[in-house]
Amino acid sequence: MDFVESLLDAWPQLWSGIQITLKLSLGGAALGMVVAAVLGLAAITRSAVLRVTARVFVEFFRGTSLVVQLFWLFYVMPQLGVRLDAITCGILALGLNYGAYGAEVVRGSLNAVPKGQWETTTALSMSWFTTVRRVIWPQAWALMLPGLNNLMVMLVKGTSVAYMITLFDLTYVTTDHLRRTEGTWFAFGLAFVLYYLIALGFSSLLRLLERRAQRRLGLRPSKAATARATAEAVA
Amino acid sequence: MPTDTSPELSPDPARRAATGDAAGASHGIRFEDVVKRFGRTTVLNDLNFHVEKGERVTLIGPSGSGKTTILRLLMTLERLTDGYIYIDGEPLTHTKRGNRRVELREREINRTRKRIGMVFQQFNLFPNMSVVENITEAPVHVLGKPKEEARAEAVALLEQVGLADKADMHPMQLSGGQQQRVAIARALAMNPEILLLDEVTSALDPELVGDVLEVLREVARTTNITMLIVTHEMQFARDVSNRVLMFDEGRIIEEAAPDVMFTNPQNERTQQFLQAVL
Amino acid sequence: MTDFTWSWPDAAEALPTLLEAFFTVTLLITVLGSLIAAVVGLVWAIALRELPRPLSAALGWVLDVVRMTPLPLQAFFVYYTFTSIDVLTIGIVVIGLHYSTYMAESYRAGIESIRPGQWEAATALSLPRTRTWRAVIMPQALRATVPSLGNWAIAMFKDTPFLLVIGVVEMVTAAREYGGANFTYVEAFTIAGLIFLAASYPTAVLMRRLENKLAY
Repeated sequence: MDFVESLLDAWPQLWSGIQITLKLSLGGAALGMVVAAVLGLAAITRSAVLRVTARVFVEFFRGTSLVVQLFWLFYVMPQLGVRLDAITCGILALGLNYGAYGAEVVRGSLNAVPKGQWETTTALSMSWFTTVRRVIWPQAWALMLPGLNNLMVMLVKGTSVAYMITLFDLTYVTTDHLRRTEGTWFAFGLAFVLYYLIALGFSSLLRLLERRAQRRLGLRPSKAATARATAEAVA
Repeated sequence: MPTDTSPELSPDPARRAATGDAAGASHGIRFEDVVKRFGRTTVLNDLNFHVEKGERVTLIGPSGSGKTTILRLLMTLERLTDGYIYIDGEPLTHTKRGNRRVELREREINRTRKRIGMVFQQFNLFPNMSVVENITEAPVHVLGKPKEEARAEAVALLEQVGLADKADMHPMQLSGGQQQRVAIARALAMNPEILLLDEVTSALDPELVGDVLEVLREVARTTNITMLIVTHEMQFARDVSNRVLMFDEGRIIEEAAPDVMFTNPQNERTQQFLQAVL
Repeated sequence: MTDFTWSWPDAAEALPTLLEAFFTVTLLITVLGSLIAAVVGLVWAIALRELPRPLSAALGWVLDVVRMTPLPLQAFFVYYTFTSIDVLTIGIVVIGLHYSTYMAESYRAGIESIRPGQWEAATALSLPRTRTWRAVIMPQALRATVPSLGNWAIAMFKDTPFLLVIGVVEMVTAAREYGGANFTYVEAFTIAGLIFLAASYPTAVLMRRLENKLAY
């Protein structure tokens, strides 16, 4: 009961910390997905200019380290006259950095779709855009989800950079507040569990999306078929 | 080595029986009440059979009939669900203690397993070692042979299989048939009493099959090794076997000498199978 | 109304400070951390395969938690628990253990990519378990795994700034301090970013080439 009491005492602070972490996670993921899709698609266009530009962007944001990007946005942008609030900095840095990694996953998945699919659409005189939208992307989607899943988990972990720009996220609340009031083991134990659950939550959601995508492609029997087979097996 | 003319190894079952294969003599291999289940599928159900020392037995039958499972159980690649296997009278993986069925310890299993060797359909040579290293690996690290002695024996074996000049090459540089011959040499390097051959030519291009079978015929001719063969090469089976066992759904449905089995099978299922295959 | 002009002299002045931090701290952490991660990661991978079911499941779960929770949090935890150890050592050990969980996954994938026939051939020859690992499995698995390990080392390199939270003065912290003291945030952080890029991009390209060369 001691534990429950401590938990209830700590909850208000904890909750505000979790909220910040979730905001960064969701914002970063949304931006990241857009960046990944745009750069990933650009990497497979027929225009060499677009491909090279995409490549440069990707290698730049992958190679220059998340924290540097974050500090650039937080410390340098003001000197260019652009004042961004801390949470915007966080979301931008996370989105651009993980988006660049995501672009590689997207590109790899788009390339993994059999060449025959492209050839068929040429024979049907479909435009590049229509081909990608209706044929290639839906197939690539199922392939890219596991990779994106891993990146999502890393992004959730990455939200702890918030600490460095004094955002009161879960890491901050744990180390600067909870530890003092409730003790190291309680505070960190709780924080590890919470982060784990948040990461697991997103991961499970993405795995669900993956299964749905596979079903649509016929790579997995439909739910109805699975249910029927199970019923027959146990009958 | 001189070929054996003793009655125990005669292809004629009547003659063999006459030697008194009763309580005293132990069989080379004996399966007693063997059951093997994979999940909910029962592949072998109360299987009882034996193989004499030095006998050459071919197992035929449709896929899923259990013949490969028998080889894999002997090589301890699968574990028995129930029943016992005896090698020369000694239990392989399980034994009776009182009226309980007990699994043997790894060390005891190993002692008996060392007498058995296997050649696989997919050769399974170690790609990170040269041909000679593949062959000397087990003799050096299991039998404790000194490296030079093992290498000399390996080279001799390679000569027998016609690949002495490939000794220091790597498996990836050899053809399928050559790899399989190396695999045979690797198995023979351990001086096994029993050799298990699991569809050893099924993965080979047709032109390479002949060389491999010739090597195996030579092994059959010049040694006393008990051989258990699963194959689709019926001519080879006829040339080499003392006995052919026809399997279907985990049971032996017919057993005869190769000449009899292939020209005049009694069981209808056997007839169907052989018609489709021959 | 921007106050921004890039100053090459300022950039040049910042460089030595940043390079010093890069070599004495960032690179040191990366090298030692990678060694820890590579060795410990292999231990995890073998343990996960060889331990009896309940133990390996428990280990797997612990490794999952370490892999999926933030590095700064783990650094803080060790920092506040082992108060007498210096921050650099804590940083190296924590980042090493954190990444050992990722490298364990790489090893696991490498080991599982080996055809079952290899294990079976070893059994057919009655090779002892340890010899099978040493002579047959690991040499083949490592070929598949080394490029992946290299990529994780690069990732670790880019994650070293996370350790600034416990006071490790690596390159980005040095940039922040220098930039703050000299009003040259732009130059300091840009140089820091470029040093990261210059170090990680060629290495990543090398890893990609290595991967193609090592495929059996």
